[in-house]
Amino acid sequence: MSERSVRMTVNGEVRQASVEPRLTLADFLREKCHLTGTHLGCEHGVCGACTVMVDGAAVRSCLAFAVQADGAEVTTIEGIAHPDGELSAVQAAFRDCHGLQCGFCTPGFVVSVTAFLRDNPGPSDEEVLDALSGNLCRCTGYQGIIRAVHQAAGTLREAAGA
Amino acid sequence: MTAVEAATAGRYAGARVPRVEDARLLTGAGTYVDDISLPGMLHACFVRSPHARAAVKTVDVAAARALAGVHHVFVAADLNPDVREQWHTSIGPDGPETPRPPLADDEVRFAGDPVALVVADTRYIAEDAAELVEVDYEPLPAVVDYVSAGSSPTLVHASHGSNVIGEMAGLPASALQGVFDSAAHVVSETIYQQAYAAVPMEGRGLVVDYSRSTGDLTIYSATQSPHEVRLFCSRLLGMPEHRIRVVMRDTGGAFGQKIMVQRDEMVLMLAARKVAAPVKWVEDRRENLLAAGKSRHEHAAVKMAFDAEGAVQAVGIDFVSDCGAYPTPWPVGTSAVVGVLFPGPYRVPKASFAAKCVYTNTAGRSAYRGPWQFESLAREVLLDIAARQMGMDPLELRRRNLLRADELPYANANGMTYDRIAPLETFEQALQMLDPAAFRREQAEARTHGRYIGMGVSTYVEPSTPAFGYYATEAATIRVEPSGKVNVYMAGGSTGNSIETTVVQLAADALGVNIDDVATIQGDTALTGFGAGAAGSRSGSMSAGAIGEAAAVVRERIVAIAAHKLEAAPEDIELAGSRASVRGTPSIGLSLAEVAAMSYFDPLSLPPGVSAGLEASARYTTRAGIWVNATHACTCEVDVTTGAVKILRYIVSEDCGPMINPNVVEGQIAGGTVQGIGGVLFEELAYDQDGNPVATTFMDYLLPTAADVPIIEHGHIETPSGGPGGYKGVGEGGAIGSPPAVVNAVADALSPFGVTITRLPLGPAQVLDLIESAPGR
Repeated sequence: MSERSVRMTVNGEVRQASVEPRLTLADFLREKCHLTGTHLGCEHGVCGACTVMVDGAAVRSCLAFAVQADGAEVTTIEGIAHPDGELSAVQAAFRDCHGLQCGFCTPGFVVSVTAFLRDNPGPSDEEVLDALSGNLCRCTGYQGIIRAVHQAAGTLREAAGA
Repeated sequence: MTAVEAATAGRYAGARVPRVEDARLLTGAGTYVDDISLPGMLHACFVRSPHARAAVKTVDVAAARALAGVHHVFVAADLNPDVREQWHTSIGPDGPETPRPPLADDEVRFAGDPVALVVADTRYIAEDAAELVEVDYEPLPAVVDYVSAGSSPTLVHASHGSNVIGEMAGLPASALQGVFDSAAHVVSETIYQQAYAAVPMEGRGLVVDYSRSTGDLTIYSATQSPHEVRLFCSRLLGMPEHRIRVVMRDTGGAFGQKIMVQRDEMVLMLAARKVAAPVKWVEDRRENLLAAGKSRHEHAAVKMAFDAEGAVQAVGIDFVSDCGAYPTPWPVGTSAVVGVLFPGPYRVPKASFAAKCVYTNTAGRSAYRGPWQFESLAREVLLDIAARQMGMDPLELRRRNLLRADELPYANANGMTYDRIAPLETFEQALQMLDPAAFRREQAEARTHGRYIGMGVSTYVEPSTPAFGYYATEAATIRVEPSGKVNVYMAGGSTGNSIETTVVQLAADALGVNIDDVATIQGDTALTGFGAGAAGSRSGSMSAGAIGEAAAVVRERIVAIAAHKLEAAPEDIELAGSRASVRGTPSIGLSLAEVAAMSYFDPLSLPPGVSAGLEASARYTTRAGIWVNATHACTCEVDVTTGAVKILRYIVSEDCGPMINPNVVEGQIAGGTVQGIGGVLFEELAYDQDGNPVATTFMDYLLPTAADVPIIEHGHIETPSGGPGGYKGVGEGGAIGSPPAVVNAVADALSPFGVTITRLPLGPAQVLDLIESAPGR
């Protein structure tokens, strides 16, 4: 299969590779960039474990091809914490609220919630549940995840107001 | 809140200590099996049967082998002859096991049955090649309906001679006929539960890495039990156990499905020595739903006899379980537990049971959280039906029959002796939180507006921390390193159970050291002592025992060294805050680092009889299992136009003994509870009448989402177990208690229609059917 060159910025670093057109963005990130925090839970765009940001939008990387992200800015779970390693407000809230257990779905939740709270810093309870309903977790029963979103929203609002 | 601040009264156990697993898992730095990448590693893909049952005439692999990038295509004849022994430790070598060809040879027995394995440069190429493998199937009649499987002339395993895998029974129902004949009230129903499954977010998978030069095999595995994987593999390949190393770092959920080695993993183990490179297989969601095993799918004819006041006089259950084509492991023992536990936490003088397991041409039964939970589902649903028939309040019916503290220990009618439980106390606590009287007023009001809300409860008692076979022992090695930092080595391994955090908490307390000074190394058979793994709700309580045994040895040595150096009596030395100091004079003391330095760097200074080094390996053995009980109570609203069920409130009162970490306990309860809610309302691993699976993606197999679940309110009752720390197991209970509570709430909501619910699931279509066919319609 003929390959195509793709070039994108992933977590601030330029990544370039020659890839088959059928290579998914998820596999590009995992295999070509060795960023294995993006997980594959269903490969059908349902579970959300593979969610990354492409030009700021939360995207199911299992449903996107790498070539579609040519020229894009991509942020994965590895790019969410502060450069000094300090957890982001969303990550810290997940830790504080027991928002993860096995951790497999967690990167997708953290990326989705990060994008959601950026666009909607003061969500209602219903908006939070709606935003979370695109990601599946089998361990937590969502209890800590829901609390974490509210805590992170509060932290981010405080930081924005300060 | 820091971990240190979280500790109460100098103890970390009991505190909401932040998890040590989280730093890596929140940042994408976890290591799941699919994240393992080895030099030269190849990728595997299975060719799977599209038929429920067919004869395999020929398998033509030529085109697949010819594809660029393909290294091997293995069929049954290539691998199956290498099998030496295959048995799971929990069953033993002489168990009546299902014949388990790693790859299907002459016959495929379910849709998804592995027929060939392709090994190629990439998973993409392996999948391409798998499509080029031409299998000539001759479709055969399949056994799909498990209810009639036992009498079907078509056999799933001809060599077994019957579709009945096995039967076990207690007192025969006929022995209690007199009690039922003379009872004031008898209720009997047949209750059916649909197939659903563990569905961890990460599928099964392993990387096998065989070294032809050394003869060593390293396996990276998604598993709940790395030591069982190693043992199984050594038997399978006839390799010495110590030439095999099994490593698991992070497993993405398991819930029972990853306790036992199944056929797919056997194939990878067998292929390892034939491929001159490491090989990775990680199943995708379709494979997981097709072939990783199904659970539940069972029914029973159940009955209860009551006296005129509603006291239970006898119960009976006749249970049948669909075990698919290749159950793992032998399922009959677990099915008998359904019968044994059917009386539940009630005063039941007499009980009968029979349990039967049957083969069908569907995915094999595999373990799933609370594998015998049908006993609670059937009993609690039947109790509500009985109450309605007798015109009693279902809460009052339970209250009259639940065991009281002054009756314990209590031997149930099947010989199980319950002790150190609090069924009535959890029941009353849950009801106090729910306020049934207020709910009944709200319900009456709602009905006047055409809204149907309902309330359901369930209570159960379950065994945790099994005290038989290889489950009864667990090892720990505690090593205070020369700098005074502590490593705790345990079989364990993170599967979502927070076992790393638990071990660190327990070890910090046991040694009197600051929690930040403790780390744990788990999930590697080369580094840790044998342990049975995360099963049977055993990890927390068994870890406490093993750590206690090892820490006692290390403490004694620390105390001896400190006493000698400080010129104090050993009994006056206390360990706290990573220091050994003289009781009453805390300024006189040594840091653990100073004690360790003496132990490792100045061994000749140690007191007589104290050996150098600060480490110990020890093993805890339990002689009695631990009972744990809970009450679930919930309310729901049923939309009688759409059939949709919305859970409004959900309460769990669990007697889990003292909590090592309330966050972990509540997380386990909530996770299990939501799996049970999913099992009632959403999930079905369905097959059509020809045995074709119809739920092979998450578009068809519906899991509960955040929008579907209630906020869970937790109540705790604390009756210490007889085990170390008084701890009990809480891994499975949520999934046991929630299904009947939800069913009872739906039935209560629909009681104006006169519905009786005896079949699951309760999706919108089924709920509408119930209403339309209800007598009160």
